Amino acid sequence: MSLLAKAPEGRVAALLDAAMTRPGFTWLRAPETGSTMVRARAGGTGAPFNLGEMTVTRCALTLETGEVGHAYIQGRRKDDAEVAALVDALMQTNAADLLRPKLLAPLQDELATAKSDRAAKAAATKVDFFTMVRGED
Amino acid sequence: MYVAVKGGERAIENAHAWLAEERRGDTDIAELSIAQIREQLSLAVNRVMAEGSLFDPDLAALAIKQARGDLIEAIFLIRAYRTTLPRFGTSTPVDTGAMACDRRISATFKDLPGGQVLGPTFDYTHRLLDFKLAADGEVPEAPARDAVPGDVPHVTDFLNREGLIEEAPHDDTPPPDLTREPLEMPADRALRLQALTRADEGFTLGLAYSTQRGYARNHAFVGELRIGSVPVEMEIPELGFAIEVGEVVLTECETVNQFKGSKTEPPQFTRGYGLVFGQTERKAISMALVDRALRWEELGEDNVGAPAQDAEFVLYHADNIQATGFLEHIKLPHYVDFQSELELVRKLRREAGADQVQEAAE
Repeated sequence: MSLLAKAPEGRVAALLDAAMTRPGFTWLRAPETGSTMVRARAGGTGAPFNLGEMTVTRCALTLETGEVGHAYIQGRRKDDAEVAALVDALMQTNAADLLRPKLLAPLQDELATAKSDRAAKAAATKVDFFTMVRGED
Repeated sequence: MYVAVKGGERAIENAHAWLAEERRGDTDIAELSIAQIREQLSLAVNRVMAEGSLFDPDLAALAIKQARGDLIEAIFLIRAYRTTLPRFGTSTPVDTGAMACDRRISATFKDLPGGQVLGPTFDYTHRLLDFKLAADGEVPEAPARDAVPGDVPHVTDFLNREGLIEEAPHDDTPPPDLTREPLEMPADRALRLQALTRADEGFTLGLAYSTQRGYARNHAFVGELRIGSVPVEMEIPELGFAIEVGEVVLTECETVNQFKGSKTEPPQFTRGYGLVFGQTERKAISMALVDRALRWEELGEDNVGAPAQDAEFVLYHADNIQATGFLEHIKLPHYVDFQSELELVRKLRREAGADQVQEAAE
């Protein structure tokens, strides 16, 4: 579910539609946008405080075969929330064997690549200190 | 007598229409898209998210466009929107120690695990206008180097090991929330940190600067400054466990400050803390300095009467939406209020014989 929440806009839908036709479902809770209060700790480790909110979209649905899927994803993205809940439900069916390689694995790779690209740029700005050698020997 | 006055609807409508036209500017110039603002004015977007107290880069970019680049007006729009959102819950406290750092520097230790990572910084630029940007915005790709995976521990952790710095002991007291309960004094540190992280950058910077210049000086070193993204985890009631719902970019500043020690505490360094949404390092450093100044009481220091030590003064004046709301309301019609003042001044002048003096002069 974390993977689905962090995927870029429209990406999960593209991967799902490439892998299979979407099954029918009924809403348990239609997509709605709200907020989550993000907390942090004083000094990084101390008592918690409220840092500020972030937008979150959530929904829940039932497949025709009865499996329930939930989604809580960052941002105001109702279509992405719908697809995330569908995938969450499908992962409890036989479709899981198909979706693991066709959807979850590529998502994981893409997110890992995006992260390591950024980390590599950060690493290039790491300071290498050197000591000036004085001209006396 | 109270006289209800009506009117001005057409003038207001026309003013709004002209505002929309002025916002758009010369139509021969291409219109700005939300994505352009989000990607190319990202530090303005970050400020609007931090002080609007809502992490959503697209919304902040829209607010900047709508506000014609007036960031306080944009923050106002975000704050107003925020109140319309149902609150789904609260996250578990984010772990800044696990941050994927774009930038991480320490002014106190040269060689530290994880190293000094400069990141995309204005520091060391010459602050000369770059006329190339006026002609052509294309840039070569930034160099990359294999990142060494590994933890990037907080600098205060090393000092903690020697007992040289006060600890920030783990605690799970639910914090107060000033978006739900009005801010009241005395404010504990959790409430102060919430107020400071959304406080006006300019006001916070001014107060922090005042502590450096000697008003409640506490001689701060930037022990560590880090910028990067952290996952946000939230307990989902339907599932009964916590999942990651997304990521936020944060700037964290920990200051290391002098402290003489007290009757109960041996001499050791003390800490100030700043944590702000987005890449917002001027604000995070300012927040850490002001946080430290406000801690005088719990650290047993003297109140020297400095503005930055006065929690009531700082917290009640740090919110730019409250401030601008009250400040700007005085330009709205006060005709009846002013009429009564006018009557009063005329009456006082009559009583003081000012009218007669004027007659005599004539």
